[in-house]
Amino acid sequence: MAYDKFTILTSSAVPLPLENVDTDQIIPARFLKATERKGFGDNLFRDWRYNGDDTPKADFVLNNPLYSGKILVGGRNFGSGSSREHAAWAIYDYGFRCVVSSFFADIFKNNSINVGILPVTVTPEFLDKIFQAIEKDANSELTVNLAEQTITIVSTGESESFDINGYKKHNLINGYDDIDYLQAMKEEIGVFEAARPY
Amino acid sequence: MSNQPTTLFDKVWDAHVVRKIADGPDVLFIDRHFIHEVTSPVAFLGLESRGIGVLFPNRTFATADHNTPTINQHLPVEDPLSANQLKALETNTAKYGISHWGLGHQKNGIVHVVGPENGITLPGMTIVCGDSHTSTHGAFGAIAFGIGTSEVEMVLASQCIMQPKPKKMRITINGQLGKGVLPKDAVLYIISQISASGATGYFVEYAGDVFENMSMEGRMTVCNMSIEMGARGGMIAPDEKTFAYLNGREQSPKGEAWENAVAYWQTLKTDEGAGFDLEYTYNAADIEPQITYGTNPGLGTGITRHIPKAADVLDGAASYAKSLNYMGFAEDESILEKPIDYVFLGSCTNGRIEDFRAFASIVKGRKKADNVTAWLVPGSHIVEAQIKEEGILDILTDAGFQLRQPGCSACLAMNDDKIPAGKYAVSTSNRNFEGRQGPGARTLLASPLVAAAAAITGKVTDPREFL
Repeated sequence: MAYDKFTILTSSAVPLPLENVDTDQIIPARFLKATERKGFGDNLFRDWRYNGDDTPKADFVLNNPLYSGKILVGGRNFGSGSSREHAAWAIYDYGFRCVVSSFFADIFKNNSINVGILPVTVTPEFLDKIFQAIEKDANSELTVNLAEQTITIVSTGESESFDINGYKKHNLINGYDDIDYLQAMKEEIGVFEAARPY
Repeated sequence: MSNQPTTLFDKVWDAHVVRKIADGPDVLFIDRHFIHEVTSPVAFLGLESRGIGVLFPNRTFATADHNTPTINQHLPVEDPLSANQLKALETNTAKYGISHWGLGHQKNGIVHVVGPENGITLPGMTIVCGDSHTSTHGAFGAIAFGIGTSEVEMVLASQCIMQPKPKKMRITINGQLGKGVLPKDAVLYIISQISASGATGYFVEYAGDVFENMSMEGRMTVCNMSIEMGARGGMIAPDEKTFAYLNGREQSPKGEAWENAVAYWQTLKTDEGAGFDLEYTYNAADIEPQITYGTNPGLGTGITRHIPKAADVLDGAASYAKSLNYMGFAEDESILEKPIDYVFLGSCTNGRIEDFRAFASIVKGRKKADNVTAWLVPGSHIVEAQIKEEGILDILTDAGFQLRQPGCSACLAMNDDKIPAGKYAVSTSNRNFEGRQGPGARTLLASPLVAAAAAITGKVTDPREFL
């Protein structure tokens, strides 16, 4: 599915300073029953965001009007657990284009890139600085520059570089996906397949 | 081929690399692709919007399991959304010529149970599925891991996946597991030692006496939980036990093909001196029956221990406090004797025949506690048939239990099998996340023996009292 190209993003950010935010929290299993990819943002963090009677929980960050933006900042081991890509869809559909953490679960990281969300891994120290900047000023902005592979806290000018492999970076900047690449390899794959013993 | 000592993981991975991309992932050929009703519909929609088909439909296998009811499977599925997903799987597989074991099919069951029991899973393969517990198949010496829906579409379209090669970890446990200590306890112990993210970025090989002596069912339980320590997957070198399990299964190679396959499989082990990026070694004697008390699988401990203090866990203080608050537990409390409300025996972790045998060994001649609701869900119809054949059903019935029909059930509570808010469940499944087994449900992960002991007493009980 096509996604918006990612180049430079400057935005305020939503802080979620908790560790081990698993994909069951990002989107509970009972909301995985769609056969199309739409509307998942409504159920992003469903059980943290709403009470059982569907009224918003005032103390959850997405319900706090102070915080908004296209960047979600989470604690370490973000996206652990289930492989459900619906978690990445929900984050994208809600309006986030970038998730920042000091440590991501593997499958979530792959899924994010595949749907056009940039996962940015920063040091624990820089993550703390981001949380502090947002705590000081909820409108505090971050700039994420994919070409330069840097993330900057705009108010302080503090910056850190992040890793991403060249292939995935190229995809995100141009809005390509892996299937575009693999379709061009069909013949090579056919030869490989024919040689498999089973 | 170089003479450099090589790991099992490298042998299997390198045999599947179609192309290496500079400063990018490997293009990895996938031998077997499992799909189910929940994570595949959008992938098929993607193929349609691109106007492309399924490249090798005979390499994909579909089963319905995640949202299926576990009672009255002969009746139409009541939930319209679930019914719609099941219908989509049926339509999509028919359209592209993919094998489909839907609801009611005699081979139907949980994807990670039916793959091995029908010989679809074999050593040395690469196996993926849109489900993180695909790591289960690593028990056969396969590289098996969970993927997202974009990747499901990718594999349908190209039979390949783009993956950076993970780092390698070896976890060795030597010695012999004590009485009442099951494979589930071994893996929960490992996760409690290295945390729920301790193996993120790695592919794990399990080695040592404990895994060598373990049954195939036990090895599946261990490899299944690899994802719960963050690993991409886990694997165990195939051996005579592996070959004996597979010999004669419906889709295992036959005749000369079998002989050739076994000859190759015997080469699938880590050479002496091969390097790992990280190694952990434990002693089997240190492992007692385990139970979790928090909201990630790393928050577990020996059943006779107290809940650790915040300073003694690897998670941060804020997350730990939130976790104990959700569970209604306090630091330094004993877990033994905690009253429980539900028991769940089943899932791709512990829904195999050996798990039902273990459960039955404790409940035999005893009675289910009145305050406990128990859901006993076999992993497949084949397991269900075995439970009946071996007389286990009679033991369960005499003790006041009922057997349900196969499916993922209360492990992720997509169907009606939901633990009510605030209730405690001793569960043989794999995740104790908040709300995993139903909104507000409180999960204590444990082995089938611990589950059986809790079902009899109505509280957290050391199963060794009954053995």
